[in-house]
Amino acid sequence: MTTHDNVIEVRDLRKTYGDLTAVDGISFDIHRGETFALLGPNGAGKSTTIEILEGYRARTSGDVRVLGVDPGKGGLDWKARLGIVLQSSGESGNVTVAEQLRHFAALYPSPRDVDEVIAAVGLESKAGVLIRKLSGGQRRRVDVAVGIVGAPELLFLDEPTTGFDPEARRSFWQLIRTLQKEGTSILLTTHYLDEAAQLGDRAGIIAGGRMVDLAPIDEIGGRESRVPLVRWIENGTRREQRTTTPATLVTELVSRVGSEPESLEVIRPSLEDVYLDLVGHEHASDLSAEALNETEAAR
Amino acid sequence: MSTTDSSTTMSPARASRTESAIVRAARLGVLRIGYEVRAYFRQGDTVFFTFLFPVVMLTIFSVSFSEASFGQTADGDEITAAWFFLPAMLAAGVLLSGLQNLAIDIAMEKSDGTLKRLAGSPLPVVSYFIGKLGQSFTTGLLQAGVLLLLGFTVFQVPLPENPENWVTFAWVFTLGVLCSAILGIALSAVPRSGKSATAVVIPITLVLQFISGVYLRFSDLPEWLQNVASVFPLKWMAQGMRSVFLPDELVVLEQNESWDLPGIAIVLAIWLVAGLVITSLTFRWIRKDS
Repeated sequence: MTTHDNVIEVRDLRKTYGDLTAVDGISFDIHRGETFALLGPNGAGKSTTIEILEGYRARTSGDVRVLGVDPGKGGLDWKARLGIVLQSSGESGNVTVAEQLRHFAALYPSPRDVDEVIAAVGLESKAGVLIRKLSGGQRRRVDVAVGIVGAPELLFLDEPTTGFDPEARRSFWQLIRTLQKEGTSILLTTHYLDEAAQLGDRAGIIAGGRMVDLAPIDEIGGRESRVPLVRWIENGTRREQRTTTPATLVTELVSRVGSEPESLEVIRPSLEDVYLDLVGHEHASDLSAEALNETEAAR
Repeated sequence: MSTTDSSTTMSPARASRTESAIVRAARLGVLRIGYEVRAYFRQGDTVFFTFLFPVVMLTIFSVSFSEASFGQTADGDEITAAWFFLPAMLAAGVLLSGLQNLAIDIAMEKSDGTLKRLAGSPLPVVSYFIGKLGQSFTTGLLQAGVLLLLGFTVFQVPLPENPENWVTFAWVFTLGVLCSAILGIALSAVPRSGKSATAVVIPITLVLQFISGVYLRFSDLPEWLQNVASVFPLKWMAQGMRSVFLPDELVVLEQNESWDLPGIAIVLAIWLVAGLVITSLTFRWIRKDS
């Protein structure tokens, strides 16, 4: 585990709470400059995994390196290289947006310009407002701003856009693309599959504490699951056919029918379709996962 | 929403360490004090129950007992209620600004995610503590200023002219605030949630105030209760404040008829050290499971 091109290396990570196994032997690497999306249903072990990597939780077994350091032993210099956007916060928010960012910027050795960060998350008009007076979505943007103000090498984004309206989400994606261009490595968890598809280079899908797939975003689920589906209506009956060469099929169809085929559709399965397929197979019922989630929350 | 300017391109966040860890912790600690004090005064309930409470109590006591006499000075001047209760309320303020304020504040920060966020940042724990101690000290000092001003201007309490008394005030106040603040940090580990913090902490401070001679005249309490109170720091802080502000004749009302300044210093120092030990053993940014 000495590869310098990996910002995160995880080998056979395991985490148990008594009889419950939250993370059941997962392995993956995140390359420098890459955005890696960690996907999976609630209680699948995503948050446990990410919190182990952030240094918040101790692992039961396995080998973990984050920026070359064991997160269980990471010191202040190590923390200075990370940016962490936690899942949610209920802080009292008795400081203004600008005060909060100026304060956090001061904790890091080479922070970004505070005004630019505030502008980047679209809160210029709220800079002088107390955080407790902001809406949920605006507070979330402050969380993101605090996470990036230290100019981290590695950014953890745990469901960053929860509570964003579609426009804010698009702007957020734009911001993340800027960070990507600058070389920031990102570990993202999200429930929005389109977000993972938009931002991620690779994705890992966790279900029941195991990594059920790990691949570049457009290869998740394997070739099979990505085979396009052609659908049309012929002689009043609905027909559909899976094919790797949809254009050829459509051409044949046109010459056979002799006219424009009725209600023609060429469907390429989205990441969401593939994901639901994968998670559904591995974890048809989420009951045990829900139970696990509750135990985690109780801690 | 514009995107970040490309001039903010990341530089590797490993700064050349020109600053030692101790200097950095101290610098960030001072920064935290400003941040903490600002946040303190924006919390309505804290400002009332911690900051203004002794001020309100001094006013009520001074007005309610305005006809009563609490003794006479050697020159035959009446000791008014305001005069008698001013040192008591100063001591109460020290306890509230330190112990009550921090125990509740940190328990809240533990449960609302503030500490988790800080745990993920490169803020040294020591700087966080400096911030909290500085917040208690600053707000406690302002509170003492308000009490003294109110006592002097509105209730015409004669303030000591002897510099020696003010030196005693300075060390009793400083030691008292530090001791209370450290014990507050230690106590913040007890409430299981932020919501229950007030319910755990306020009864403790309230009982201490009743048995330590803040609301009731200490000399009126039965001896056994005086002895119980003597275990805790508030009795000593109140005694120290009385030694500063009350005429020397009233020393006869004290235990052993002495202000016992060395005793005050020793008891507060013991609690301070005990608090430091407990805090360093128990304080964690977050509960890390293993």
